[in-house]
Amino acid sequence: MTVQTDPKDLAVHETPPGEAHARTSVYVYEAPVRLWHWINALAIVVLSVTGYLIGSPLHSTGGSGTDNFLMGGIRFVHFTAAYVFAIGFLARLYWAFVGNHHARQLFTLPFWNGAWWRELFGELKWYLFLEKEPKKYVGHNPLAHAVMFFVITLGSIFMILTGFALYAEGTGHDSWQWAAFGWMTAIFPNTQGLHTWHHLGMWVIILFVMVHVYAAVREDIMSRQSIISTMISGERMFKDNRP
Amino acid sequence: MAALETFYDVIRRQGISRRSFLKFCSLAAASMGLPPAMAGRIAHAMETKPRIPVLWVHGLECTCCSESFIRSAHPLAKDVILSMISLDYDPVIMAAAGDQAEAALEDTIQRYKGNYILAVEGNPPLNEDGMFCIVGGKPFTEQLKHAAKDAMAVISWGSCASWGCVQAAHPNPTQATPVHKVITDKPVIKVPGCPPIAEVMTGVVTYMLTFGRLPELDRQGRPKMFYSQRIHDKCYRRPHFDAGQFVEEWDDEGARKGYCLYKMGCKGPTTYNACSTTRWNEGVSFPIQSGHGCIGCSEDGFWDKGSFYERLTDIKQFGIEANADKIGMTAAGVAGAAIATHAALSAVKRARAGKGENQ
Ligand code: HEM
Ligand code: HEM
Ligand code: SF4
Repeated sequence: MTVQTDPKDLAVHETPPGEAHARTSVYVYEAPVRLWHWINALAIVVLSVTGYLIGSPLHSTGGSGTDNFLMGGIRFVHFTAAYVFAIGFLARLYWAFVGNHHARQLFTLPFWNGAWWRELFGELKWYLFLEKEPKKYVGHNPLAHAVMFFVITLGSIFMILTGFALYAEGTGHDSWQWAAFGWMTAIFPNTQGLHTWHHLGMWVIILFVMVHVYAAVREDIMSRQSIISTMISGERMFKDNRP
Repeated sequence: MAALETFYDVIRRQGISRRSFLKFCSLAAASMGLPPAMAGRIAHAMETKPRIPVLWVHGLECTCCSESFIRSAHPLAKDVILSMISLDYDPVIMAAAGDQAEAALEDTIQRYKGNYILAVEGNPPLNEDGMFCIVGGKPFTEQLKHAAKDAMAVISWGSCASWGCVQAAHPNPTQATPVHKVITDKPVIKVPGCPPIAEVMTGVVTYMLTFGRLPELDRQGRPKMFYSQRIHDKCYRRPHFDAGQFVEEWDDEGARKGYCLYKMGCKGPTTYNACSTTRWNEGVSFPIQSGHGCIGCSEDGFWDKGSFYERLTDIKQFGIEANADKIGMTAAGVAGAAIATHAALSAVKRARAGKGENQ
């Protein structure tokens, strides 16, 4: 959490240099960030579908038990996607240290910065139709930034902690998972609680994804900057030259 | 300190053959997961070590732990398990009563200071100065604290002593409190279960006698040898779970075929106990084998964790009956409707703006 907010996180006011063209672009999201975004999105979809099916399994299969491995398969896919998700998160964290300024945004929250809060409410007003025009941002707008920090940064950590603690129950007390995450059972002595919180965490993330995808599409159309293509090419294009 | 008879002296006096005795030692070793050579060590300990004096006190409880204990499966148990320890005080099964019984308690505390084990069945209610459970004319809390003061270690028998169990279920009017929250300066061994399995109970005692120390405990204070795996990890219906073969309704085809009881609310996946390996009543059966899901009786607060017959735990904080999926789906529905409305309003705004700018 930085006390001093980097001006790069706030709205763009000055007209970018090299002015002649109507549109300017800035390179914002480096390849590793974009790659992580899409891998992570896919992992979350897979985790949510398989996770839901772990909680409420498909209708019973018949036949011989030896020929079937449906539930085992679903759980295997969940755990594989879980490793992708967890390792991806660590890789993204690493990139926050070595990547550009915008790679750090996800992991920092300019909580003590008044200007940032004012702009956050400004963005909220834009969504409530109280503002005629949104501000321009090179990185995430403050509202998106805050939601991403809480749901994705803290949320991922929560899902990894609860998920691996559940996983450790299966791998057993001799496993590294138990050594690393077994302490979670001190917080949830009855691991039914772990299941419930892990499950609720999924719904929080699903709510985020619904709003996030809607906002991405809407802003792509209505804001003054490119959105969806930015997460593909990394280039942020501004649609006008006004501050 | 008075010379105590050994366990071996006692059983020989009771006419039990050496052969039977050695058999018991091998079985005890096996049940604790020790190598066969350890049977010799157990036998040696039983022959040479004085029996451990045990005080067995009863708080708020139903006596199912005692009922279980005296049914320990091995043939020797009914005669001998109770002789393995020197059970100096246990109001449920001792002949003495009243002042005489209380004197026995006092006598052991005085004579074996720091060398006896305090076994607690049930728990103390703390509300109203402990008036909800009176033993020998005084609140049980006082007897518990008094007896624990000079004990070597405390064993919390059953879910009552370990976690609180039914009398501590919401709203817990008597403020029934598990033993480790009242006795904080002694090692407390939790042997949860409602009741705990007899062989697990005798196993814990045998271990302490043999090795002269407490068994290794897990994070929750339970002996690792019996509580380090879930019912689900060793359940004989597990292949059906992995195959996705579930009982969908009581008495359906799956129930007859012995499919997995996960969808019927089985708590095996979150319950640490030895039922699926040791089983009950001389290894005859255990709940899942008889067609009913595990209810998680050895887990913390199992009475307050929703229905025994639902897979997803009830969440009561919302006043109405809910679980994670019901809450999540409701929230997602609301969010979806909000998004649709917002999108419609956005379209209107854009259309208006478009007209204004005449683009
Ligand atoms: C499971 C699904 C998804 C999750 C969890 C997710 C999560 C995220 C996160 C955490 C960021 C911040 C990236 C960073 O700072 O490193 C982000 C940015 C972004 N996401 Fe997603 N995303 C998901 C799906 C999508 C989809 C389907 C789209 C496209 C419609 C999308 C479009 C974007 C865009 C355009 C940005 C950049 C926003 C900006 O320009 O400020 N996301 N997403
Ligand atoms: C966005 C991330 C994730 C989502 C949405 C998700 C979702 C879910 C859901 C809904 C369940 C069912 C819970 C229940 O029993 O009611 C579940 C179970 C589980 N998840 Fe996750 N999960 C995620 C990440 C992880 C991670 C990182 C791990 C780590 C290995 C993990 C491991 C597990 C395990 C072990 C179970 C229990 C499986 C069982 O009981 O058979 N999950 N997950
Ligand atoms: S019956 Fe219960 S313990 Fe056995 S496999 Fe099914 S869920 Fe697990």
